[in-house]
Amino acid sequence: MIEKDLNQIFQDRIDADDRIEARDWMPEKYRQTLIRQISQHAHSEVVGMLPEANWISRAPSLRRKVALLAKVQDEAGHGLYLYSAAETLGAKRSDLLQQLIDGTAKYSSIFNYPTLTWADIGAIGWLVDGAAIMNQVMLCRTSYGPYARAMVRICKEESFHQRQGYEIMIALSQGSEEQKAMAQDALNRWWWPSLMMFGPNDAESKHTAQSMAWRIKRKTNDELRQAFVDSSISQIEYLGLTAPDKDLKWNEERGHYDFGAIDWDEFWQVVKGHGPCNKERIAARRKAQEEGKWVQEAAMAYAAKRKQRAQDQQTRVA
Amino acid sequence: MNNMNKEDTQKASIDLALWMGDNALILGHRLAELCGHGPILEQDIALTNIALDLVGQARMWLTLAGDLEGKGRTEDDFAYLRSDKEFTNIKLVELPNQDWGYVIARQFIFDAHHLVILEQLCTSSEKAIADIAQKAIKEVQYHLRFSSEWIIRLGDGTEFSRKRMQSAFDKLAPYIKALTLDDPLTILAKEAGIGIDNKDVEEKAWKTFDAILSEATLELESPEYFHKGGKQGLHTEHMGFIIAEMQSVVRAMPNNKW
Ligand SMILES: [Fe+2]
Ligand SMILES: [Fe+2]
Ligand SMILES: [Fe+2]
Repeated sequence: MIEKDLNQIFQDRIDADDRIEARDWMPEKYRQTLIRQISQHAHSEVVGMLPEANWISRAPSLRRKVALLAKVQDEAGHGLYLYSAAETLGAKRSDLLQQLIDGTAKYSSIFNYPTLTWADIGAIGWLVDGAAIMNQVMLCRTSYGPYARAMVRICKEESFHQRQGYEIMIALSQGSEEQKAMAQDALNRWWWPSLMMFGPNDAESKHTAQSMAWRIKRKTNDELRQAFVDSSISQIEYLGLTAPDKDLKWNEERGHYDFGAIDWDEFWQVVKGHGPCNKERIAARRKAQEEGKWVQEAAMAYAAKRKQRAQDQQTRVA
Repeated sequence: MNNMNKEDTQKASIDLALWMGDNALILGHRLAELCGHGPILEQDIALTNIALDLVGQARMWLTLAGDLEGKGRTEDDFAYLRSDKEFTNIKLVELPNQDWGYVIARQFIFDAHHLVILEQLCTSSEKAIADIAQKAIKEVQYHLRFSSEWIIRLGDGTEFSRKRMQSAFDKLAPYIKALTLDDPLTILAKEAGIGIDNKDVEEKAWKTFDAILSEATLELESPEYFHKGGKQGLHTEHMGFIIAEMQSVVRAMPNNKW
């Protein structure tokens, strides 16, 4: 069959909401787009462990310490599911990780912001995991089967993270004046970067149109961002806090909140590697990988020895 | 012994619960420092599991210490409002993380003792202690299996890894004996059927050492000199930093709920 027909059959399946599986024919660009998106997502989970891990040692109660530790561990698990999903497309995890520490792969730029107080742990769980959920709920119905299934598992845990984060914010905002101020400060610093998590405006987003046609994405960046703002405002009000946006107001006509302009210069600065913590995040991953090399080599050497010994045993028996 | 007065056995039980809790908490805290920085994701997850188990166990032990004491102190009061001198953990668990092999060796030494200690405590005459031990023991069986496998793998892996592991054990050896040191309260606890028989723990732990280390082609001998003091509140220079860091938020804004 000529490529053009294959492409048509593929698009018909997409339009009929069929799930594409690893063994199915797919356009090379679809495969590459998915590898890029899934590996970026996987990297985000893994790099995302770092800002929160920064507060495990200082969590202010043992209950919070255990919860945060478990949360960061969940993110490692998400990384694993997603690297596996990328591997079904022919990518190798070791190559993908190499791209991450080379600095050639992207990951969610939110994780290049520093965690400065305990309240940041609340704000991240609530807003950052919350924004991730908006995106990921949509991805549970993405056209590529292994990715969609990974997302279903991940989404359950992300909702739990979000509740946990919001619960920290409730405790702080109902606490002392100092705690409340800490919560407001965290909201001030995480609000805009959270809105940036949905990516550039639709008009600027170079991948959106194709990804929508392939039903990798089912909602645009701006649609998701709007939904996030709309759902966050009542949560902010419940906390008795204020969103750091003087232009924020309900628009009766649209049935949505209007919100202020995003600082896209800052966004691109962070994306291009010049955010507050880009260098530190990559350095931490590189250090982990380099210091782990001898461990992996030893594990492989040991496995080879065991195999050899088992074979020797067999030849002796035979 | 039934002529022991209740106050003394109570004191011995509290002492034991604090010792178990402090060891688990500080080692869990150390392991948690590695979360997000593990050599590969699977190992990161596995080590974090152990950290989670240990901090979880610490919560049970410290809660019990508070209950036995009867002054209303909670797990967090013990963790966040005591000075480093009031912590009774052994020095082994407060030693800073070095490379992954060293972390695993420290873990293995602890696990080999921890398992025997819990086996004994499962039959403690103090029911609350036995209850916690029975919950914890399944977790610790897994910890010891995990650390033993890695000791063998890294010992019998490459020449480089064998040397690293041997040097880790050489560095850690002087900290082992403190896991089984007697003092008046441990002796009292043992005689009352509450606590630990240190001699038996030591014997069994060393049997585990011999079995695993010979398979790993490594050597470990009980050194002539060893470091004591942790239980009595005299720690290494590292302990003050652990406590300062762990308690920093709570100390900076006291009397708050978190
Ligand atoms: Fe995640
Ligand atoms: Fe995620
Ligand atoms: Fe999450």
